[in-house]
Amino acid sequence: MKEEKTFRTRMGDGSLVRMTEEEIRADIWAGTEDAVRCGKVEPMSEEDMEKLYDIVTAPGGVVGVSPGREIVLTNDSGGYKINVKSQVPLPKEMETLLYERCLGCDSVDIGNTDYNFKTAKGIAEREAGALQQALQVTTMPLLYGAMPDMGFYTQPDGPVGNWATLLPEGKIQEAWEAQEQAVKHSVKDITFVAEKMYKAGADGINLDTCGASGDADFLASLEACEQITSRHPDLPVEIGMAGEFVLGMHGRLKYKGKRLAGLYPHDQVKLVEEAGASIFGLVVNTNCSRSFPWNIARTITFTQACTKVAGIPVHADVGMGVCGVPMVEIMPADIVSRADKALVELGKVDGL
Amino acid sequence: MGGVRTAGDLVLRMQLAEKMKIDEAKSYVASKLGVTVEDLCDVVTMTDIRTDLGLGLCHVEPSGKEINGIMAKCRIEEVLGIRINSVQRFKENAGILSKEARR
Repeated sequence: MKEEKTFRTRMGDGSLVRMTEEEIRADIWAGTEDAVRCGKVEPMSEEDMEKLYDIVTAPGGVVGVSPGREIVLTNDSGGYKINVKSQVPLPKEMETLLYERCLGCDSVDIGNTDYNFKTAKGIAEREAGALQQALQVTTMPLLYGAMPDMGFYTQPDGPVGNWATLLPEGKIQEAWEAQEQAVKHSVKDITFVAEKMYKAGADGINLDTCGASGDADFLASLEACEQITSRHPDLPVEIGMAGEFVLGMHGRLKYKGKRLAGLYPHDQVKLVEEAGASIFGLVVNTNCSRSFPWNIARTITFTQACTKVAGIPVHADVGMGVCGVPMVEIMPADIVSRADKALVELGKVDGL
Repeated sequence: MGGVRTAGDLVLRMQLAEKMKIDEAKSYVASKLGVTVEDLCDVVTMTDIRTDLGLGLCHVEPSGKEINGIMAKCRIEEVLGIRINSVQRFKENAGILSKEARR
């Protein structure tokens, strides 16, 4: 008996797996259904599912989009992926030149290796100096990036109570108040750093991994963005999310009358737009126990719902463990290029 | 898109400055450069265009004629019809542009 043809793909944890046509189609269907159930969004059309099947099973290692469909790239590198993560000793001002002249990046962000605004605040003048140096020699846009990372404001080393310990103790009121205070600290630090970077000539501010500590973290990002863009309309802000779903660690926080807890990308983008941001960084979580066809189908379904309503450019976050990319440190190009192609051609994203 | 190898940096500038979605940003840049949208990602076409207009390149023969960095960005501002913060700051700090003029 002839053995059934199988295709090489991967699981969400990056491990290789071989799947039959039937299994791939079933997972594309199931991934779509899961997004519809979670986000209450429209399913991907059958025509798009067919195109997605073609992308998943396309021959060759790396795949690409048709000429004319190319899109741009922003990132959350901090200008330290080469010097810190790859241990190539190089000042970050010079690292930006490698991104521009050798890697052909469309932009890069400079940031502190301890990538959060609370830490960046203390060294903001030095960071601004490095950014200014880099801006003299590079041509592409340079943003200053960091995470709001509101957990940094909690005790014992921060000024407010830790809601992650207060909540299990049943201290709901205290947990609410701690988060509300942390929002104020966070907004103050983000806008302080943004001001320094504006004066150094930054092409934009990248608020990265927003909502990592829950709805209060997302609120701080939105309020900071609103303040930055109101004060400096010529300083664009990019807001990239931490996850597909805003965790309700507080649960009652609102922005412009909209409750933040529980929002999915198609709702997040509208608030980001209202806050004055120029670019929204969309995230859909990767499930390590599911296959790439399942994860990318789920991602495309959420992405279509988001790009359909977005009034600003949407850049899909395609790093480790998001938007169909496996949860691994070293990226497999076979899957990353398929995720990218699907996001561009089916998800209609404006950038990555 | 390939950054300064092609026109990726220029298209991204339009997204940042004017919140243009990808198709609008590419059409805008293509019209300003007098090329097609498909040309924007062609490294051969764009090397010629960027050389002629002095918009910065990723690879140049070493010479005093190289235009990159802040020099290229001054030209990009003009070609795209946008304000670039680093250029404005550079001019201000160099005494070419007063704070009042910037406002």
